[in-house]
Amino acid sequence: MRYLHIANARVINPQTQTDEVTDVFVADGRIATVGRRPDAGEIEHTIDATGQWLMPGLIDLGGHLPEPGYSQKGSIASETEAAARGGFTHICSLPDTKPVADTSAVIKLILEKAGKAGFSRVLPLGAMTQDLAGEQLASMYTLAEAGAVAMSNARRPIKNSYVLRRLMEYAATYDIPLFLNANDLSLSDGGCMHEGPVATRMGLPGIPETAETIALAQILLLVEQTGVRAHISQITCRRSVSMLQQALENGLRVTADTPLANLLFTHEAVTGYNSLYNVQPPLRSERDREALVQAVARGELAISSNHSPHELAAKKAPFSDAEPGMSQYDAFLPQAMTLVTREELTVEQLVRAISVTPANVLGLPQSLTEGADFNAVLYDPEGEYTLSASEIASGGHNHPLLNRTVSGKVAQVFLEGCRIS
Amino acid sequence: MTDPNTVQLTEDGRLKHFLTTEGLSRELLTEILDTADSFISTQERAVKTVPLLRGKTVVNLFFENSTRTRSTFELAAKRLSADILNLDIARSATSKGETLMDTLWNLEAMYSDMFVVRHSDSGAAHFIAEQVTPNVAIINAGDGRHAHPTQAMLDMLTIRRHKGDIEGKIVAIVGDILHSRVARSQIHALRTLGAAEVRVIGPGTLLPSDIESMGAVPYYDMKAGLADCDVVIMLRLQKERMQNALLPSEGEFFKLYGLTEEKLAFAKPDAIVMHPGPINRGVEIESAVADGNQSVILNQVSYGIAVRMAVMAMAMSGQQTPVNSEEPA
Repeated sequence: MRYLHIANARVINPQTQTDEVTDVFVADGRIATVGRRPDAGEIEHTIDATGQWLMPGLIDLGGHLPEPGYSQKGSIASETEAAARGGFTHICSLPDTKPVADTSAVIKLILEKAGKAGFSRVLPLGAMTQDLAGEQLASMYTLAEAGAVAMSNARRPIKNSYVLRRLMEYAATYDIPLFLNANDLSLSDGGCMHEGPVATRMGLPGIPETAETIALAQILLLVEQTGVRAHISQITCRRSVSMLQQALENGLRVTADTPLANLLFTHEAVTGYNSLYNVQPPLRSERDREALVQAVARGELAISSNHSPHELAAKKAPFSDAEPGMSQYDAFLPQAMTLVTREELTVEQLVRAISVTPANVLGLPQSLTEGADFNAVLYDPEGEYTLSASEIASGGHNHPLLNRTVSGKVAQVFLEGCRIS
Repeated sequence: MTDPNTVQLTEDGRLKHFLTTEGLSRELLTEILDTADSFISTQERAVKTVPLLRGKTVVNLFFENSTRTRSTFELAAKRLSADILNLDIARSATSKGETLMDTLWNLEAMYSDMFVVRHSDSGAAHFIAEQVTPNVAIINAGDGRHAHPTQAMLDMLTIRRHKGDIEGKIVAIVGDILHSRVARSQIHALRTLGAAEVRVIGPGTLLPSDIESMGAVPYYDMKAGLADCDVVIMLRLQKERMQNALLPSEGEFFKLYGLTEEKLAFAKPDAIVMHPGPINRGVEIESAVADGNQSVILNQVSYGIAVRMAVMAMAMSGQQTPVNSEEPA
C-alpha cells in the first residue's frame, strides 16, 4: 500500500466534532488513518500542510450550469473548474438549461461532460415539470434512474396548488426528493430587488417578503400532507427562518438552504444601481441577513452558491434590465470564510453549513473519518491573491470579488483521493 | 461606483451630469435656481438666445415618448445656441434589437457633447453616465420611477418665485407617489431646501413602502393632508393603474383625492396649486381649480425652459474644466 501523507494540518471535521492539528493518510481514494501511521505500507508523497486547514469537501445544493444552451456564459468544464477552485467536490446543477433537464438525455449529457472535465462532480437536479412550465409532471422516475439526485423547478412557478400537490404525491411514491423554491410569482413578478426603503428611494420595483413566505407556507402545508422528502432552496427572509423552525418543531422533516450572497450582502448593496447585485432571490435587509446567519449557526440552514455566470453584456445594462445572478464558484470558500473572520460564525458552524448539512440533505457521506472517501479541501487561511479576469475560471466574470484581493486561498481539493484543484 | 454624487459631481463639487436631486447640497440646488432666475429675464427679450453652448451638440435621447419634456429641452438647448439632435429611440434602434450600449457607442462616434436621456428603467441615466466617454454630460429627463430632477427643480423655482422661499413651507404631493419619479425628486429637493414638512397623500396602493425613510409624511385623508399647506402638488394619474388592481375607478379616486375648490379650502388661503402636466381634468383636479387663481400650472411650463438652460449650462461647464490637461503645447 502506498500512502498520501498530509502532515500537520488543522483537521476540521464537524461529523466527529474534531478540530485538531494532526496527520491524515490516504490510500485508494479513502482515508486510511487519522492521527497515526498506517501499520504497513510506505509513504508515496507527503504534503506539508503546516498552517493549513483540512476540511470535508464543499457540496453545493444549487448552482446554474450554462451548458447545454448558454455557451456565451460558460461551459460545464469552465464552471466545474471554478467550483473545484472554490472548494467544491460536488455541485447540484439546476435544471434550467436549454433544453431544460426534463429528459434523461440531458441528465446523461451533463454527467458525461462533467465526468470528462474531471473537476467537481456534478449531481444533476432534474426538472419536476415538463419544460419547467409548472403544468405537467416530468418523468421524475426516469430522470432519477438517469442520475438526477432530486427534482427542482428552479425558480419557475408551479401553475397552482393542485399541480404542486400532485407533484409531491408522485415524488413521494418513489421517495424522490424535491428541491422547492418559495416564490409566489404573482407577488414577485416585475420586481428586481427587496421591497423596502432602498427600493423606494431608487424607484425600483420591489419583491415583498410575502412573495417568499406565502409560497413557503403553501409548500410546508403540502409537504406535511403528502409526506414527500423536501428541501427548500434559497430562503432569504427572517420570517421564513421562524416558519421553518416551527415546522421542524412540529416534526416535519424538511431541510433548507440560503444563498451565500444573502449572508454577505444586504439590499443596501444595490445603492448606485450596481447590476452585480441584481440577484434572484433578492438581497434583503440587515435584519433578514442576521436571522439567516443565526439559523446557519444553529445548524438549521445549509449555504448554497446560487452560482449564475453571465457574459458581460447580460450585466452591462440598466439595473432592472440586467440578468439576475452572481458568479460565485471561484473563491467561494474564501468568501464564505469572511463570516468566520467577521466572527459571525465559527469555523465548525461554517464547515457544517457548506459541507456536512448539504451531504445529509443528499444522503452522501462526507466526513474526514477513517474509511471514508477522501473528499476534502486544504485551505490556506493566510493565503492572499487577486481574483483578476485572467485568474477566474468561470465564464461569468460577474463575481463580487473580481479584481479584488481575496484573503484565504483554496490550496488543494481532492475528490475520492484525486486532486481536482 | 455607488454614490450617485461621485458620478454626477466633479471633484470640487460642481455638476458634470444632472442625474438626481438626491444628496445635492443646498448651495448647489440654490445655484441652479439662481442661474435659472437669471435666464428668465433673457426669455422676456426679443432676442432670447445666449451663446453659452455655441458649437456644442446636444442629443435628445428619448427611449420613452414625451413631446412636452423633449420640446422644452430642445428649446432650452437652442436658446443656449447649441445644435440639437432629436432621437426617438422608442421607435427606432432598440426595437430593432440594438442594445443600449450599442446605441451609446454609435452616438459617441458622432462627437456629441451632451445627452438628454429619458428611459423607462430606474437608474438608466446613472448607467449611461458611468458608461459614456469623459466630457459627455448626461442630463436625466426621467428614469423609470427614480428621478426627474429638472422637473423637480422647475417646481422648486415655481415655489420660490410665488412663495418667496421654500424654507419653512408645508408642501403636499397628492396621487400616485409609487410610480412617480417627479415625487421622489421633489421630496429630496424640498427636504434639502428646508421645507418644514413634505406630505404625500394617496391610497395605500399608491404610496411606496417605507416612504417615511425619505423624509415624507404619508396621509391617507386628503383634507387632513392639505390642512395648513402652502403648496399643493397634484400628480398625473395613469389610466393603467385601474387595470393593475391599484385603484377601483377614476370616479372613486376623484372623490377621495381629486382636488376641488372644497378640498383646497383646507389648505392655507394663499396656497398655490401645481401639476407637472399633462393634467387629467376631472380625474386628479377639477377645471375650476386647474384654471383658478391659485393655480400656477402654466407658469411652471415657462420656468421649465429656464431651469433646463441652467442645468445644461452648469453641467457643460463642469465637463469643460480640465482635470489633468495633457494637451500638447
